[in-house]
Amino acid sequence: MKNRIDEAFKNKPIFMPYFPLGYPDLETSIDVIEALATPALAGGARENGADLIEVGLSFSDPLADGPVIQQATQVALEKGITVKKSLAAVAELRKRGVTIPLILMGYFNPMLAYGLEKFISDAMDAGADGFIVPDLPPEESEEFEAALIASAGDREPLPLIQMLAPTSPNERMESIARNAKGFIYLVSVTGVTGARTAISDGLGDLINRVREHTSVPVCVGFGIGTPEQAAQVGALADGVIVGSACVKTIGASEKPIEAAKQFAAEFRSAINETTHDHKLQF
Amino acid sequence: MTTLLPPKFGPYGGQFVPETLMPALIELEQAFVDAQKDPAFRREYEGLLASFVGRPTPLTHAKRLSDQLGGAQIYLKREDLAHTGAHKINNALGQALLVKRMGKKRIVAETGAGQHGVASATVAALLGLECVVYMGTVDIARQEPNVFRMKLLGAEVRPVTSGTQTLKDAINEAIRDWVTNVGSTHYLLGSALGPHPYPTIVREFQSVIGIEAREQMLRDVGRLPDTVIACVGGGSNAIGVFSGFVKDEGVELIGVEAGGSGIASGKHAARFGDPEKARVGVIHGTRTYVLQDEDGQIAETHSVSAGLDYAAVGPEHAMMRDNERAFYTSATDTEALDAFQTLCHTEGIIPALESSHAVAEVIKKAPTMRKDQVILVNLSGRGDKDLNTVIKEMQKSSES
Repeated sequence: MKNRIDEAFKNKPIFMPYFPLGYPDLETSIDVIEALATPALAGGARENGADLIEVGLSFSDPLADGPVIQQATQVALEKGITVKKSLAAVAELRKRGVTIPLILMGYFNPMLAYGLEKFISDAMDAGADGFIVPDLPPEESEEFEAALIASAGDREPLPLIQMLAPTSPNERMESIARNAKGFIYLVSVTGVTGARTAISDGLGDLINRVREHTSVPVCVGFGIGTPEQAAQVGALADGVIVGSACVKTIGASEKPIEAAKQFAAEFRSAINETTHDHKLQF
Repeated sequence: MTTLLPPKFGPYGGQFVPETLMPALIELEQAFVDAQKDPAFRREYEGLLASFVGRPTPLTHAKRLSDQLGGAQIYLKREDLAHTGAHKINNALGQALLVKRMGKKRIVAETGAGQHGVASATVAALLGLECVVYMGTVDIARQEPNVFRMKLLGAEVRPVTSGTQTLKDAINEAIRDWVTNVGSTHYLLGSALGPHPYPTIVREFQSVIGIEAREQMLRDVGRLPDTVIACVGGGSNAIGVFSGFVKDEGVELIGVEAGGSGIASGKHAARFGDPEKARVGVIHGTRTYVLQDEDGQIAETHSVSAGLDYAAVGPEHAMMRDNERAFYTSATDTEALDAFQTLCHTEGIIPALESSHAVAEVIKKAPTMRKDQVILVNLSGRGDKDLNTVIKEMQKSSES
C-alpha cells in the first residue's frame, strides 16, 4: 500500500482540518469528515477539499485544548463516543471512499485503557495513517514507538507525529526534527488550541529553524481561525492545521455537512491563492 | 534528552505533557537542583519556615484519645498549627522561592480544599508575585472561607466550570494557563502529582514534616513510632511525613484515601481501594493509579473533603504500595465526620476533614495495638474551613 501521507504532501501546502468523532453525534461527525474530504465542486478538483484530516478522539481531560474543542469533545462523550466506536467510524470513512490520510489525534490514557498495541493494530486495520498524541513528548514516546513497530507486523509502522513548540530550544528542536516521521506538527503559539486574532510575527523564523534540521514537511497549527490567516501560514509552511475554527463553524451550523464543504472550500482556495502569489514572486 | 533527577518511581511518574511545557519542566528541574546545592537558598527557605511559617510545628500527645481507645499511644504532628493552617505552605514557600530564582513574576495554582490556594496566595503576597488560583465551582461552594481568604491576600480566584468542577478540572485550567503564559508564569502545583520534577520537588519541600517528626519522636518519646498514618489525596502530606521514616524498616506507613459513600457505592476517591475502577493510567502528566471507566475516561470522584476528592494518586505512593513499603486503606465520609468530632471532644483540636480521614484510621487501628506501642498521625490541617460542611452533614444525619 502506498503511503497516503507522502502522497498528500506532493502538492504543498496542504490543508489539514481537525474534527472530533462523535460531535455533534457520531453519524453527523462521519458525514462531516467525509464532506471535508470531498471536493465541493462538481467534477472534484482536489483544490476544494482537505488534504489530510486530523480525526479527534475524545478525552474527559483535554489539557492542551481550548474551550471550543473541550466543549465539542465533552458533547461527544456525553453522546457515548468511545475509542472502539471511533475506530469503527474510521473504517466506515474508508468504506465510503475517503482516500486522504486520516491521522488520529487523542490523549494517551484512552489508548492505554484500550490496550496500546491493540489500539494501534485496530487503528491500522480501520485505515488510520498515523497518530498525534499531545501528551507524549519525546521523553515519553518510546513505549508508543515500540508498540507501533510491534503492532505493524510485516506492515510499515505508522508514524507518531512529533510536535514542536515556540518554546523548544534549538537542541531539542534538532533532536526531535531529526527523528520525525510523516510530518512535524509545529505549534505556532504558546497555549492551548483555539483561534487567535493574529498570526505570530516570528512564525517564518520559527519554521526556518525547524527546517534546518529536517526534510519532513512542517505543518503549523494552533491559532489559525480565518482563511486569510490560513493563507498567511500557507505561504510559509508545508501544511495548515485548522482545528477550533473548523469545529466551531460546523458545530454552529444547522446544516453541518454543507458547512463542512463550504469551510473546506474557503480555506482550501485561500491557501491556493497565496501559494499562487507566492510562486509568482519568485 | 535526559533528566537531572530520576523522572520515574518504578513504572510510575514521567512527563506526559505537551511539548510546549517540556522546556519549562527542564528549567524548573535545573533551578531546583541548583537551589538544593545552594546554601543561601537553604538558609532563606529554612529561615522563612521558622520565622514566617512557625516551624517546627509541635508534636502533641493525644492522651485522652489514646486512653479512650485503650490501645496505642497517639501522637499528632501538628501541621494544623503551621501558618495558613495546613502543611501546604511548606511546599508553596519552597516553590515560590524557586520562582524568584527563575526570575518569573507570576504563579498559577490549583486548589481543592482551598488550603493550597491560600498557601500560594500567602507566599505570593510575601514575595511580591502575581497569583491566580483556579478552583472548581463545587469546591468554591463548600470551602467559601478559603475563597475569601485568598482574595484578601491579593490573589485572583478563577472559578472553573468545566467537567466535574472540582480539583481535577482546576488542575486542567491551571495547566492551560501555564502553557499559554509559560514564559512569565510558574505553575505552583500543590500536591505530589503531575509531571516530573513536581512529585520530587513537592516531596522534598514537604519532607520537613517527617524530618521534624522523627527528631521529636526520638527526643520527646524516646523511640520511633510503630505506625505512621496520613491521609492521601494527591499525597503530599503523606509523602512528607513518610519520607522521614521510609528508611526505618520497622515503622509501618499507612495512607488513608477517601472512601466517600463507601467503595461499593462507586462514589469515592479510593484509587487503591477499588480494583474495578482504578487502573494504571496517565493523567495530568503522570502515570499512576487512576479512577477511570473502561474507555479510559477519568471517573468522577466523591469525598466529603475537597482535598481528597481527586481521581489519581501521587506516583511515589503507587510505587510504595507496589513494593509494600506503605499500605493504603480508606475511611468513609461518615467515619471521617465521626473522627472529626471525636478529636474535637477529646483533644480540643478541630482537624481538617482531610486529616480526619487519618484520625478515622487511628480510631480503628489503635485499639488493636498494645499500650506501649505508638502511632504518629500527621494532622495535616485545621478544620475551620470545613465548618459549613460539617454543620450541613450533622444536620443531614440528625434528620435521617
